[in-house]
Amino acid sequence: MTSRATASTDGVVASGTQAVIRAVGLTKVYGRVRAVDGVSFEIAHGESFGLLGPNGAGKSTTMRIIGGTLQRTGGVMTVAGLDPAESGPEVRAHLGVVPQEDNLDEELSVRDNLIMYGRYFGLPYAYLRPKADELLEFAQLAEWAKAKVGDLSGGMKRRLTIARSLVNEPQVLLLDEPTTGLDPQARHVLWDRLFRLKEAGVTLVVTTHFMDEAEQLCDRLVVMDHGRIMAEGTPRELIRGYSTREVLEVRFGAEHNAVAAERLADVGSRLEVLPDRLLIYADDGDAALRQVAARGLSPITSLVRRSSLEDVFLRLTGRSLID
Amino acid sequence: MADQDLSHAGASGPPGYAVADLTRLAASGGVPDAAVLARRARRWGWWYYIEYWLVNAKAWAVSIGLYMVVMPLVYLIALGLGLGLLVDRGVGTVGGSGGSGGVPYLTFVGPALLVATVVMSVGGELTYPVMAGFKWRRLYWAPRATPVSPQQIAVGHLGGVLIRFVLQSTVFWVMLLLFHAAPSGWSWLTVPVGVLTAAAFGAPLQAYAAHLTDEGYQFAFVQRFVIMPMFLFAGTFFPLSVMPVYLQWIGWISPVWHGTQLARQAAYGAVEPLWLTLVHLAVLLLFTSVGVALARRTYARRLGR
Amino acid sequence: MSTLARPRGRRLAGLYGRNTRAVLERGFKVIKNQNWVVMLSGFFEPVFYLLAMGLGLGGLVGSVPGPGGHPIAYTAYIAPALLAASAMNGAVYDSTWNVFFKLRFAKIYHAMLQTSLGPMDIALGEITMALFRGLLYAVGFMVVMLVMGLVTSRWAVLMIPVAVLIALGFASLGMAVTSFLKSFQQMDIVALTLLPMFLFSSTLFPISVFPAAIQWLVMALPLWHGIELMRDLAVGHLAPATAWHALYFVVLSVLGIWFTAVRLRALFLR
Ligand SMILES: Nc1ncnc2c1ncn2[C@@H]1O[C@H](COP(=O)(O)OP(=O)(O)OP(=O)(O)O)[C@@H](O)[C@H]1O
Ligand SMILES: [Mg+2]
Repeated sequence: MTSRATASTDGVVASGTQAVIRAVGLTKVYGRVRAVDGVSFEIAHGESFGLLGPNGAGKSTTMRIIGGTLQRTGGVMTVAGLDPAESGPEVRAHLGVVPQEDNLDEELSVRDNLIMYGRYFGLPYAYLRPKADELLEFAQLAEWAKAKVGDLSGGMKRRLTIARSLVNEPQVLLLDEPTTGLDPQARHVLWDRLFRLKEAGVTLVVTTHFMDEAEQLCDRLVVMDHGRIMAEGTPRELIRGYSTREVLEVRFGAEHNAVAAERLADVGSRLEVLPDRLLIYADDGDAALRQVAARGLSPITSLVRRSSLEDVFLRLTGRSLID
Repeated sequence: MADQDLSHAGASGPPGYAVADLTRLAASGGVPDAAVLARRARRWGWWYYIEYWLVNAKAWAVSIGLYMVVMPLVYLIALGLGLGLLVDRGVGTVGGSGGSGGVPYLTFVGPALLVATVVMSVGGELTYPVMAGFKWRRLYWAPRATPVSPQQIAVGHLGGVLIRFVLQSTVFWVMLLLFHAAPSGWSWLTVPVGVLTAAAFGAPLQAYAAHLTDEGYQFAFVQRFVIMPMFLFAGTFFPLSVMPVYLQWIGWISPVWHGTQLARQAAYGAVEPLWLTLVHLAVLLLFTSVGVALARRTYARRLGR
Repeated sequence: MSTLARPRGRRLAGLYGRNTRAVLERGFKVIKNQNWVVMLSGFFEPVFYLLAMGLGLGGLVGSVPGPGGHPIAYTAYIAPALLAASAMNGAVYDSTWNVFFKLRFAKIYHAMLQTSLGPMDIALGEITMALFRGLLYAVGFMVVMLVMGLVTSRWAVLMIPVAVLIALGFASLGMAVTSFLKSFQQMDIVALTLLPMFLFSSTLFPISVFPAAIQWLVMALPLWHGIELMRDLAVGHLAPATAWHALYFVVLSVLGIWFTAVRLRALFLR
C-alpha cells in the first residue's frame, strides 16, 4: 500500500508549487448550449479551490471534464500532467469524486458499495475490508453496514458517497455540492474532515451554493456564469474587489422599494435592489443609514453587516440572471 | 452605475422567476370552490388519471404503434402461414370439434394469437410501470396530492392500458381480415374478447405488482412462469386436448385459454357447448372483478388511503 | 516499430484500466446477493418452448426435413434452433436493456467511471457476464436435450461453445447499437427487430416455405447461421456449409467488438 501511495505522490507533483490541475480555454458544447466556454484556471497542489456560480453555470460540467468522464469539445486539460481524455484510468486513480447526484450501487449493501468501489481501483481486499469499516465509521454509518442503499435517508446516502470517494486515498478530491442534503451537524463534521485532509496535502476542488461553505473551505475560488469565469481570487480579495467593507440592508415593503431606491441612488458606493429589500454598499454602514434617515425615509427594518461572499456572488451573477 | 442597477432590477422579480402580478397568480378567480372540485374529482377522478396516463404514453406512441402493426404481421406470417404449412401437411388436424374435419392452421391460430399477444403486452404494461408509479418515477404521487383517490388511480391506470388494447386488438383483427383468417361475420367480437382477456389477466397482475415493495425481480418470474407458459400451453398453438390430461389444468386456470376459445367462436364459429362458453365468460369476468377489487385495496393501502 | 505501437497503445490506455475483473466481481456479487434464482429461471424459457412446440405441436406436424435433407422428428428439429435463439435473446437483452438501464437509471457506470476503470473495462466485463449467462443456459439446455434423447452425435458437445460464440456476436453488436440509443422507446424497437428474426430464421419451420427473395434475406441474418450451425452439430452432419456458418459468427464477433470499441466514448463518456 505504502509503495503505491508514494509512487503516485511522485507522479502528481514534482514540486510543491506546480499546478496539479490546469485548464486552458476549456470548452464543452451541447448542441447549441455552450456549457463551458473558454475557461482557464490552475490549481496548485494542496490548495482548496472553489467553483461558484448560479444554476447551469457549467460547474458540474467542468468537474466531469477534470475526471475525464465527459469528453470536452476544446481546450487543454491536464491533471498531474496527464490529459484525462487520453489517460482516464491513470488520472482517476489519483482522484476522489463526489458527484452532484449520488450514484450509489442500489444492488449492493452499504459496505459492499465501499468495497466494490475500491475494487474498481484495483485495490486488494486485504486493504479494503478494514478501510471500509474505517470509512463507515467516518460517515457514521457503521450500524448500517449491511443495509441496502435504498433504505438510507438522503443525507445518509450523501455521507456514503463522500466516504466512498476516499477509498483510494486520493490526492485530489472533486466535490460537487458535497453538503447538499446534509444536516448542520454533518455539514460541520464534513468541513472539519475536509480541512484535515487538506492539511494532509490533499487538493480539494469544491462547488457549492453555500457562500459560508465557500468562505470556510476555499483558499481561492472562481465565480462562473454562462460557462465563463467572471472573477477569480481568494474570498477576501473578491470581497475587497467586488464589494465594500459593510452593507446596509433596508426594507420598505415590496411596493415602496423601487421608489425608495430612486431617492437613495447616490447613497454609499453602490445600490442593489433585491425583490424584498435594498442593499446599500458602503464602507461605513451606520453613516449610510444616517443618510437614509436624513432623506426622510424610514425603513421597516434595517441592518448593517459586514460584506460577505454572497454580496460578491449576487453582484457578479445576479444581474446577468435578470437580463 | 446605480441607475443601471435600478432599471434592470426594478422591471422584473426575483432572479430566476418572471412574475409580473402575484395577486393574479394567487387568485385569478378561475378556480372553482374546493367543494366543487372535490365533487368533480369524486366522479371523474379515474378519467383524470387516464388522461394523465395518455399524456405519459405519448412518448411511447411511435414504438407502441410500430409494435401493434409489426407484431401481428410477423406472427401471422411465421406461425400462421409458415408453421401452418407444416401442420396442414402434417399428421394431425386442428380446429375441428371432437375429431371432425378441422380448419386451416392459420384460421385456428389467428384469433388465438390476437388474445395471446395482447396478454403478453399486459405483462409489460402492468408490472414495471406499476412499480415505477409507486417507487421509481413516483408517478402516482402527483395525482395522489390532488383530490383524485388512490382507488381511482388504480382504475385509471388499468383503464388507460385497456385503451391501448382496444387499439391493439382492433389492428390485429384487421390483420386477420387481411389474411382471410377470420371467416365469420361475427369476427369483430374478437376485439372485445381481446380487451376482456387483457383485463382478466391485467387486473390481478396490477394488484400483485402494487403489492410488491422491492426491486421487482418477481416480474421476471411472472414473465417466465406465468406469461410464457400461458402463451405456450394454454391452447394457442394446439388444442388443449393434444396435451396429456394432467397438463390441461394449465388451460383451465388461464385467462388466455378462456379468451382464446371465445375468440375462436367469434372468428370462425368454432363449436362449443353453450355452458362452456358461459364458463369462459364467467371466468374472465371473475378474474377482472376480483383483480380490480384487490388492486383498489392495495393502492389505497400503499398511497395512504 | 515503436512509432506504430505507441499511438495504438495510448488510445487504448485512455479507455482501458486493465481491471475488467472488478466489473465481473461486481456482477457476481449482485448475482450472489439476490438474483441468482431469477438468473437461473431464464433457463426455463427455451425449455418451455421446446416442450410446447416439440411435444404439443410435434404431434400435429410429425417429421420435417433436417440437415442434409434427412427427415427428423419435429422436436429434434427445433431443439438446436431454440438453443441458438436463446443465446441470441439473452445476449441482446444483456447488452441493450441491461446496459442502458445501468447507464441511465441505476447510474452504475457513472460510479465505475469515477474510478480508474475505463469504458473498455466495463464493456468487456458486461460482455463477459453475458457470455457466462449464455454458457450456463446452454449447458442446462444440453442436459434437457440429452434427457429427451435429442442428442444423436458426439459433435453435439460443440453446441455449448457455439452458443457462447453466438452470444458473443450478438452481445458485442448489441452494445454498439446501445451507444446510439437515447430512450427506452428505442429499446423497444430493438426488441421488435428480434422477433421477426427469431420467427423467420428457420427456428420453427424451414425457410423453404418462403419465396426465394425472402429466403436470401433470411440467409443474410446472423441467427439463421447460428441455427443451421447448431442443427448440423446436433445431428453430426458436418459439411462445408457448417464451417461457413461458424466463420460468419467469428467475423460478426470481431466486427461487433471492433464496432463497440469505436463507440466506447459515445456510449459511456456522454
Ligand atoms: N447532458 C447534457 N445535455 C445537454 N445539456 C447539458 C447536459 N448537461 C448539462 N447541460 C447544460 O450545460 C449547462 C451547464 O450545466 P452544469 O450541470 O455544468 O451546471 P452547474 O453549474 O453544475 O449547475 P447547478 O448549480 O444547477 O448544478 C446547462 O446549461 C445545462 O443545461
Ligand atoms: Mg452542478
